[in-house]
Amino acid sequence: MRAQGNQAFEVKTMDHLDKLEAEAIYIMREVAAECEKPVMLYSIGKDSSVMLHLALKAFYPEKPPFPFLHVNTTWKFKEMIAFRDKIAKEHGIEMIEYINEEGVAQGINPFDHGAAYTDIMKTQALKQALTKYGFTAAFGGGRRDEEKSRAKERIFSFRNTEQVWDPKNQRPEMWKLFNTEINKGESIRVFPISNWTEADIWQYIKRENIEIVPLYFADVRPVVERDGNLIMVDDDRMRLNPGEVPMMKKVRFRTLGCYPLSGGVESDADTIDAVIEETLSAVSSERTSRVIDKDGGAASMEKRKREGYF
Amino acid sequence: MDSLLKFITCGSVDDGKSTLIGHMLYDAKLLFADQEDALELESKVGSNDGKIDYSLLLDGLMAEREQGITIDVAYRYFTTERRSFIVADTPGHEEYTRNMAVGASFADLAVILVDASQGVLTQTRRHTRICALMGIKHVVFAINKMDLINYSQERFKKIKKEIRILLAEFDYETAELIPVSATEGDNIAKKSKNMPWYKGPCLLSYLEEIDISEDDSDTEFSMPVQRVCRPNHTFRGFEGQIEGGSISVGDEITVLPSRETSTVRSILCGDKEVNRASVGQPVTIQLNTEIDVSRGCVLTNRTDLYVNTMFSATILWMDDVKLVEGKNYLIKVGTQRIPATVLNIRHKIDVNTGQEVPADAIYKNEIAQCDISVSSSLVFDLFENNKALGSLILIDRISHATSACGVITQSIHRSHDLTWHTMDVTKEFRENQLDQKASTIWFTGLSGSGKSTLANALEKRLASMGKHTMLLDGDNIRMGLNKNLGFSESDRIENIRRIAEVAKLMNDAGLIVLTSFISPFVRDRRQARDIIGSDFVEVYISTPIEECERRDIKGLYAAARAGQIENFTGITSPYEAPEHPDVTIDTSNLTVDECVDKLIDALGDKL
Repeated sequence: MRAQGNQAFEVKTMDHLDKLEAEAIYIMREVAAECEKPVMLYSIGKDSSVMLHLALKAFYPEKPPFPFLHVNTTWKFKEMIAFRDKIAKEHGIEMIEYINEEGVAQGINPFDHGAAYTDIMKTQALKQALTKYGFTAAFGGGRRDEEKSRAKERIFSFRNTEQVWDPKNQRPEMWKLFNTEINKGESIRVFPISNWTEADIWQYIKRENIEIVPLYFADVRPVVERDGNLIMVDDDRMRLNPGEVPMMKKVRFRTLGCYPLSGGVESDADTIDAVIEETLSAVSSERTSRVIDKDGGAASMEKRKREGYF
Repeated sequence: MDSLLKFITCGSVDDGKSTLIGHMLYDAKLLFADQEDALELESKVGSNDGKIDYSLLLDGLMAEREQGITIDVAYRYFTTERRSFIVADTPGHEEYTRNMAVGASFADLAVILVDASQGVLTQTRRHTRICALMGIKHVVFAINKMDLINYSQERFKKIKKEIRILLAEFDYETAELIPVSATEGDNIAKKSKNMPWYKGPCLLSYLEEIDISEDDSDTEFSMPVQRVCRPNHTFRGFEGQIEGGSISVGDEITVLPSRETSTVRSILCGDKEVNRASVGQPVTIQLNTEIDVSRGCVLTNRTDLYVNTMFSATILWMDDVKLVEGKNYLIKVGTQRIPATVLNIRHKIDVNTGQEVPADAIYKNEIAQCDISVSSSLVFDLFENNKALGSLILIDRISHATSACGVITQSIHRSHDLTWHTMDVTKEFRENQLDQKASTIWFTGLSGSGKSTLANALEKRLASMGKHTMLLDGDNIRMGLNKNLGFSESDRIENIRRIAEVAKLMNDAGLIVLTSFISPFVRDRRQARDIIGSDFVEVYISTPIEECERRDIKGLYAAARAGQIENFTGITSPYEAPEHPDVTIDTSNLTVDECVDKLIDALGDKL
C-alpha cells in the first residue's frame, strides 16, 4: 500500500515551459484528430526544431501523422540543407521539399529582385506547395512576440480560397475549443507555439537537448558588412560590391533564412548557455537582423501576411 | 506561486488600456531597444506632440493605428525577475464584446480600467460580467487618470464604494482596487509619490505577487480523449490532457459515455513513461483491456460527470446571424463535436445590468440562458466544476462561424428516462413486410417549378408498382399539424422540423414519404436531413424562375411583383439551390411522364 501522504511528492508542479509545451501538444493533437490533411512547415530554424521536437513528443510512440514541408528558396545556407536532410533521416519523417521552379527558371534572386524575391520564392512558393498537395491545415512556428501584427493573430488562423488572411474578421477562439471547420479550398494555418517567447524557445532547446543548426552558435565565418548587418559569404553566388572583401569574423545568427538576407551578429557564444545568456540580455529584438522587415515600415509584415506570407 | 500569469486588460475606448500596458513594459525596462526606437519614431509621426505614445506598442493592426482604437486582442509577453506574464489587451467597445471574451477565456486575472473622473460606467459593468462569465476568478480595478482629478483620495473612495456594490453580484475570489495614471506612470511599475494616502502595492507588484493557483486537491481524475495512438498492433494508447486530478498506473478508470471500466496499464507523459501524471499534463494512456474508446470519450474515475442529451447554458452570441429557437448547430464540448439544437431561449441577460429579459431571438454580443439538446449522449460537467468539460462553442453548419460560446450551468433530465425501447417489431421488419425500402423523397424548388405535380405523379407511379407511400404537402400539413405556425423565421424552422419528424416516423413505419415544399434554405433542408438520417433523398426541381413565372398557375408571381406578397421566394426572398442534390430535374422541356421516368431511374436502388 502506498502511503497517502507521499502522493504529493510524486506530483511535479508544471513550470512555465511545461505549460507552454502542454498547450502546443494539445493543439497538435487537435489538428491531427480533426483536420483532413495537415502538414508541418519546416524552415530548418530553431523554432522549427522545437516544433518537430514537440510533434515527436505529442504522438510518441507513433511518428507524427503528417508530412513536413520545406519551401526551399534555393538561397538557404548550405549547412541548413545538410541539417534538414540529416534530421529527416534520423527521425524517419517524411520531408517534402518544394521549390518554385518557375522562379528559378526566371533567375529570381535576392540581389536583383528584393521584395519580389521574397514574394515569388517564399510566399508564392508556399501557396503553390499547399495547393499542389491539397493540405487543409499547415502548422507554422510563428510566435506572437515576434512582431506586432502577429501579436493579434489567432492560433488557428484561417485562409480563404485565395489563401488570404482577413485580420478584421478572425474567428473567436475560446478556451481550448478550436473550430476547425472549413469549406473546400479554404485552409488553416496553425501556430502551436504562438505563446512562446524567444527566451522560452532557447530555454526549451537547452532543457530538452534539441539539436539545432550550428549556425546559431558563434564560429569564425566569412562575412561582409552591409547596412550594419554581417552577411555571410556562403557560396560563390554571393555578389560582392566593388571594394568589398569578405573578412573572417566570429559570428552567429539569431534567425536563419536565405543567407544573403540573414544578418549575423558578432559573438563569442558558442554554447547553448552562452547563447541564452546573450539572448536574455539582448537589446535588439529578434527581427532586426532579418533584413526584409525594414522595407516599408511597421506595417510591412501585416501587408505581407495578408498576401499569404507565413 | 505560479510561474506564469495570464491576464487581460479591459476598459472602454478612451480608458487608456494600451497606454497602461505600454507604460508598464517601458518602466519595467522590458522593451527591446529597437522597439523603443520605433516607438519614439512613430510617436513623432503621430499626433501626440512628440511625447511617447505608449499605446503604439500594442495597437498592432494598421486599421487600429489609423482609427486609434483596439479592435482585436493583442498578446504581449514579458518576464520580470519574479514572474512571466502573458497579457491580452482587449477591445472595450460593445461592438467588439466577442473579442474581449476571447481574451477573457484565456486569462486567469482581469485588469479592468475605470476612468477616475467618470467612475463605474455601463462598460465597467459589462466587462466585469463578461470576465465572470468566462471563468476569471481574480480581478483588479485600475482606477486610471488619477492625475486628472488631482489624485483625490475622496474620489477614489467614492469609486471604491461603487465597485463594492457592483461586485456583490459576482463570485470573484479576489478583487483589488489600485489608483493609477497610465500616462504619468503613477502606481504602474513603481509606487507613486503623488498619492501618499494609498498604502497598497503598485499594479506590477500586485500582479507579481498574486496567488492564482486553484485548490484541486480533492478533484478526481478526468481526461477527454483527443486521439487514439495506434502505431502498431502492440500499442493502443489514448492521447489527451488531464483536466482534473491525477492518475497512476494500476488505477481503475471508467470510460464515458459507455461506462465501461478498465485499469491503467501505462502512462506516457510526452515521450517518457511515468507512474503517475496529474492535471495539465499531456499524456498517452494505455489500458489493460481492449474496450471501445475513441476521440470524444472521457476517461475518468469520477462518478458525478453528466452523460446526458440536454442541459442549460449561459451563452454569448458572437455571430452576425441571430439565434432563433430550433436551429441546428455543431456543438463542441471537450473533444466531442456533435449536432445540437437550441431548443429554448429562457431569457436574455442584459449585459450591462444583469437583468433577465424575455427574448425570441438573440443578436450578436448578447448573453442568453438557453436549453440545448444534442443528438447523442454528451459527457459534460458544470463550468464552475470543470472548465474543460463545462465550456462549449456552437458552430454554424453552413458558414462555419463560431456562432456562440457558453458555459454549462445545469443538466436537464427529460421526463424521466425517455430512452428508446428496442422493440421487436423493427423498422427493418416493417420494411421487409412491405417489401420496400423506406425513404423520404424531399422535393425542393421554386413556386411553380413543378414539385407538386411531379410528387403527385411519382406517388401514383409508385403505388402502381405496389409501393406503400405517403405524400406530405402544403394541403395536408399547413391545414392540420402545422396550422398554428405562421411565416416568421422560427415558425418556418419549426414547420420544417415537424415535417421532417413526421416523415421520419412514417419511414420508421416502413413507408416511402414524398414531401413537396419550397424549402428554400440550405440550413432547413440540412436540419431535415439530420432528423431523417440516411433515408433522406433530395430532389431539386431546377426549373428556371423565368419559366416558373411564365407558368404562374396560382397568380402568385404577379401578386409578388405587385408588392402584394412579402418575402416571396425568388422575387423578394432568396432561393438557395442544393449543392449536392441526389437528383436534379428541370421540367422546362420534359413531359410529366418523362420526368417521372427519370426520377424512377435515378432513385433506383433507394426504393
